[in-house]
Amino acid sequence: MAVRDHLRTIKYAAWLGWQMDSNWTNPYLFIAYSLVKPIAATLILVFMYLVIFSSALANPAVFSYMYIGNAFYMYVAQVLFGLVMVIYEDREHYQTLKQVYIAPISFYMYIIGRAIPKIILTTIGILITLAFGVVFLSLPIDLLTISWMLLAAAMLLGLLCICMIGIALAGIALLTAKHGSGINEGIAGAFYLFCGVVFPITFLPAWAQSIGLAIPITYWLEIVRRAVLSGSGVPNISGLEAYSNSEIFLLLLFSSLLFFVISIAIFRYADYLARKKGKLDMTTTY
Amino acid sequence: MIDWRLELRAVKGRAYPRIIGAWREPSWVLFDIFLPLLGIAAFIFYYRSMGAPEVFTGFVVLGGAMTAFWLNVLWSMATQFYWEKETGNLQLYLLAPMSRMSVLAGMALGGMFFTTVRAASTFVLGFFIFGVALQVSNILGLVAVFLITLIALYGMGMMFASLYMLYGRGAYNVSSLAQEPIYLVSGFYFPVKELGFWVAAGASIVPITLGLDAMRQLLFSESSVNPFLPWTIELLINCFLAVFFILLARRSLHYMEYLGKREGRLTLRWQ
Repeated sequence: MAVRDHLRTIKYAAWLGWQMDSNWTNPYLFIAYSLVKPIAATLILVFMYLVIFSSALANPAVFSYMYIGNAFYMYVAQVLFGLVMVIYEDREHYQTLKQVYIAPISFYMYIIGRAIPKIILTTIGILITLAFGVVFLSLPIDLLTISWMLLAAAMLLGLLCICMIGIALAGIALLTAKHGSGINEGIAGAFYLFCGVVFPITFLPAWAQSIGLAIPITYWLEIVRRAVLSGSGVPNISGLEAYSNSEIFLLLLFSSLLFFVISIAIFRYADYLARKKGKLDMTTTY
Repeated sequence: MIDWRLELRAVKGRAYPRIIGAWREPSWVLFDIFLPLLGIAAFIFYYRSMGAPEVFTGFVVLGGAMTAFWLNVLWSMATQFYWEKETGNLQLYLLAPMSRMSVLAGMALGGMFFTTVRAASTFVLGFFIFGVALQVSNILGLVAVFLITLIALYGMGMMFASLYMLYGRGAYNVSSLAQEPIYLVSGFYFPVKELGFWVAAGASIVPITLGLDAMRQLLFSESSVNPFLPWTIELLINCFLAVFFILLARRSLHYMEYLGKREGRLTLRWQ
């Protein structure tokens, strides 16, 4: 299939996703709804910090580590949850999955397209969260000292990797009942714990650290933190400070490639099983 | 005249699928007990990375276990009539001769049972895994606070269920929006008093706010809890909220059903 066809699939899937997510209300209210949730989640961590330290300035290394990690983790939570829900909604609520399946498009590209509005909305949420942190909580981010090249490269690779994990979970969702969304919450929860999103992985037991070091999200968040806090003078407390930027980037690249291969394999096998067992149009309303 | 036998059968009938459902699909044990522990563990390690006192581990385990009730109220009470409408069950409820309040009460009882199993399991596992130090000062008070909090909370869920009956996807989005902001203002992971008096007072309209604060006072050493109000006052307020929400649920259910019939929206799907 031509690249142009894939791009057209992505474009219309993204448009469809935006309409399905947002057309129950006006776009401004929808955007406000989409932003309140992640910002409140961040504020929970901020208040947990303030209960212990009284001021955001008391321990800038811990505060910036937590704040930036949690802000960028929104991509993981939103994209993973969103892509699994695409399968459940299309299959059971709107019952259109079989029509999408028999259309002359790549289903893989369709799912990537459906992820795009979620990525855009999450990006807005992250920018607002970071701006809030800088203005009200003295988060030490300076636009002039951010390592933009490093950030851009990390974001490109990181988002691709998150989408790949999301697609693997979407494949699993083809086989599970709609309340199986616990799987993606569990995977997102595992990443939140083992990848040291809000605390350095050195606080985890050794076996848990090993799991964290095998997941690309750990390296992605580390690069993002380094890029965003570049030049701020805040000490690195991640436990990965011995690695150089290029070493961390290579670790991200290799672990992402591994996850990419695993993701394709899971999706293809789940797709095969779903067709074989006739699960593409099942409804699980029990 | 109320046919109590019929109403009780309706309560039992609606509670049954929720109670039996807890045992029919063992995968829920993984999804609802072990997976929430991952998030709880992350928050515990976060507190530990900041050198927080050990009592905060207990706060997180308690708050994390209690999120199950809030999620159940949002997704299995408040939005339930919306789902029933989508699947075509709502019209059957309206045709049947029992009171709709009995259906809601059955949903609430079944949900309470199922969620208590989940929350208690999470709490016990969290207690052993993270070595939470409890100092229970008044066991009867604790049981009373827990039960009254549940009744008030599910009363609130019954009220929401009636309000959501007419909504389309807006209901889903309102519930989604009410998760993290309520975790924040109700002080699920830290003493609610830390948010300031007026925020804590405002958040007290959600019964779990005062319920959690009272349970913290009764489960952990008093010196480390930083309570918002004495637990006896919080218990009394939640008693009032329980009666208030159940009466309000009854009124709003009648009104929304009337409105739905008048506007022809009770059987409208895929809004």
